[in-house]
Amino acid sequence: MDSLNTYLFIASILFSLGLFGVITRRNGVAVLMGIELILNAANLNFLAFAKFGGMNISGHIFALFVIIMAAAEAAVALAIIINIYNNFKTINVDDVQELRQ
Amino acid sequence: MTGNMIMNYSLLILFLPLAAFLIQIFIGKRLPRQGDWVAIGAVVTTLILAIAMFTSMLIGHEPHFAQEASFTWLDMGAFHIELGFLVDNITITMLLVVALISTMTHIFSIKYLEGDIRYSRYYAYLGLFTFSMNGIVLANNLISMYMFWELVGVSSYLLIGHWFEKESAADAAKKAFLTNRVGDIGFFIGIMLIFSTLGTFVFSEIFNGIAAGKMGGSILTFAGVGLFLGAMGKSSQFPLHIWLPDAMEGPTPVSALMHAATMVAAGVYLCVRLFPLFTPDALLVIAYVGGFTALFAATIAITQNDIKKVLAYSTVSQLGYMILAVGSGAYIAGFFHLVTHAMFKACLFYGSGSVIHAMHHALHKKHDHDTDPQDMQNMGGFKDKMPITYWAMLISTLAISGVPLFSGFLSKDAILAGTLSFASHHPGHFLLPVFGFGAAAITAFYMFRLIFMTFHGKSKMAELVDDIHESPKEMTFPLILLSSLSIFIFYTLPYFNPFSDHGWFMELIVASDAAVPGNPSAHHIAEGIHHAHYTAMALSLVVAALGIFLSWTFYFKKKLSADEWAEKFKPMYNLSSNKYFFDENYNKFLYKPFLKLSALVAHIDWDLYDKYFINGFGRVGKIISFFTGRMDYDGLDQTIVDGIGRSARQAGGVLKFLQTGRLQTYMLFALLGVVVIVLIQSF
Repeated sequence: MDSLNTYLFIASILFSLGLFGVITRRNGVAVLMGIELILNAANLNFLAFAKFGGMNISGHIFALFVIIMAAAEAAVALAIIINIYNNFKTINVDDVQELRQ
Repeated sequence: MTGNMIMNYSLLILFLPLAAFLIQIFIGKRLPRQGDWVAIGAVVTTLILAIAMFTSMLIGHEPHFAQEASFTWLDMGAFHIELGFLVDNITITMLLVVALISTMTHIFSIKYLEGDIRYSRYYAYLGLFTFSMNGIVLANNLISMYMFWELVGVSSYLLIGHWFEKESAADAAKKAFLTNRVGDIGFFIGIMLIFSTLGTFVFSEIFNGIAAGKMGGSILTFAGVGLFLGAMGKSSQFPLHIWLPDAMEGPTPVSALMHAATMVAAGVYLCVRLFPLFTPDALLVIAYVGGFTALFAATIAITQNDIKKVLAYSTVSQLGYMILAVGSGAYIAGFFHLVTHAMFKACLFYGSGSVIHAMHHALHKKHDHDTDPQDMQNMGGFKDKMPITYWAMLISTLAISGVPLFSGFLSKDAILAGTLSFASHHPGHFLLPVFGFGAAAITAFYMFRLIFMTFHGKSKMAELVDDIHESPKEMTFPLILLSSLSIFIFYTLPYFNPFSDHGWFMELIVASDAAVPGNPSAHHIAEGIHHAHYTAMALSLVVAALGIFLSWTFYFKKKLSADEWAEKFKPMYNLSSNKYFFDENYNKFLYKPFLKLSALVAHIDWDLYDKYFINGFGRVGKIISFFTGRMDYDGLDQTIVDGIGRSARQAGGVLKFLQTGRLQTYMLFALLGVVVIVLIQSF
């Protein structure tokens, strides 16, 4: 069980769940949570490759960077959502379609 | 005087009149006295400079003095044109003549044109005229000579047409300009023939090239005759003489300037300058044209009653003399005559101007505006009323008639000796001296006729004589000066022999050898002239005496009636008084057919060519454009060009539904894109 494929398998499930959340969720915060899942799937992959694929310490550093970037991204995205809420009084992304033709 | 100084002086002499012209033409009217002092100051300065150069020439006493300076005008690879100036003894003498006559004309005009509406412009044009003539005199190459040549033509046009409100004056100006153009075409062809063969315009290089045999035979003869054609136009030789008598429409001082120093002298000067390049055949043409003109114009002058017309034909005749001299090889004699003639002919014109001025004022006083103030039949008995004019004109008349003690005798004698010597070497051409001596006799006759009719006897209009007065001193001064310069001594110094032309002129101005191989050398020609000297002198004395005697019996003593004789020789008299019907015949055989030809050409050009051919192109073009228009608009524009737009619009109409504005839809598309790329990558 302790092989690369197991990790990759789990990561792909995580990724798919995240993607599914991003596409189907109406709530903006839920969409953000899906993105976090995708990022963590990527992190899992980095660590798996660090252990089995010879990426070594680079994998760990990448994962750390991604975590930092995810934190920053969450801050910016939440700020956007707050602004959307201020303007539209909702955070339902389906209701925000000003750019429709 | 150093060569450098000579050059500087020459350039000053050349450009001062130009500067005066520019000042006069732009601000002349606003200057006090309309700026005549600017023009007069300029020419007087040139006169002083010319005298300085002339004096240094006399002191230096160097017969072969020559100074040349040139600069590159055009440099286009193989095509290289140098322009420049040549100053030798001929140039210096000619510059002095031009400066002197020009100064006298400027001074004379102060009173003659007093109150004229275009007074300042008149002085401007005089400056331009002097500048152009100085340019011709100083040129060392054909191309700049040609430029100045045309400038002389322009300025003569402007001055002859000074009173252009008079239709006859405007016509005369046009006639002079156009007749000169005929000659100038020949001149230009000559220049181009020489340039295309020798590749140079510079006189000395041309002569060297010809001497080296690079150009010769018939092509050189053609070139020479072409160049001479230019001289024929300017110096008004038969058959291009028609413009000169009409040019009398200009103010009289202009006639003096033009006939003595600037315009007509240019042609003779050209022949003198280019003498070495004329082939024997070309020289024969020149000699016959000149000789014939001398006699022919003299026969017209006999019957003219307009005082200026007599002088005009006399000028044509005297120019014929000079040309005859060039043709018979005695070209230095021709140049000598050019100089002496400049003095006495200018004096005669000023004299006639003075007489006309007096007549004009007398008629004006009587409120008579119909009588022609130039008609000699209305004159007579002016001798005591205008003594200075009378004596000045008498001295000039003696000079032009070839009476000893006067300058004309020396130069005429040299020319006649030249023709005699030429005829003795070529007995076939015995006509040349006959022309010369015949013209000499007739000249003496008609010139004394002029004197007797104007100053002696009784006027038909006796009441007029009381109002005739001597002209003001601005007008008599040039008369006195120029008539003094018609005395032999000014040309023979340091010798005092009135029967020999031996003097500074002949010592300093020496003939150069012909460049054409086989032409007689200058020495040979001089020998011949020397040999014929006494015969020529005796004969010329006889013919001059005969002419004067006949004139005296006809017009002074009136022992023979001129009218009766005119009746006896009616056909000849008519021919002469109508100038051999030249203008009429030119009109009939030249201008009219030419106009008809032009009308025909215009008809072909306008009614046929233009209407059918050119307009046909237009019509065909219109039809073609109609179809191409249809094709372009209906075919191309409506379908292809507009079609692209239309289809883009329709596509946009469909595709716009993809823009839902929903974030997740876009996400889905992005995901689809990734899937597609992955699929493509994996295959």
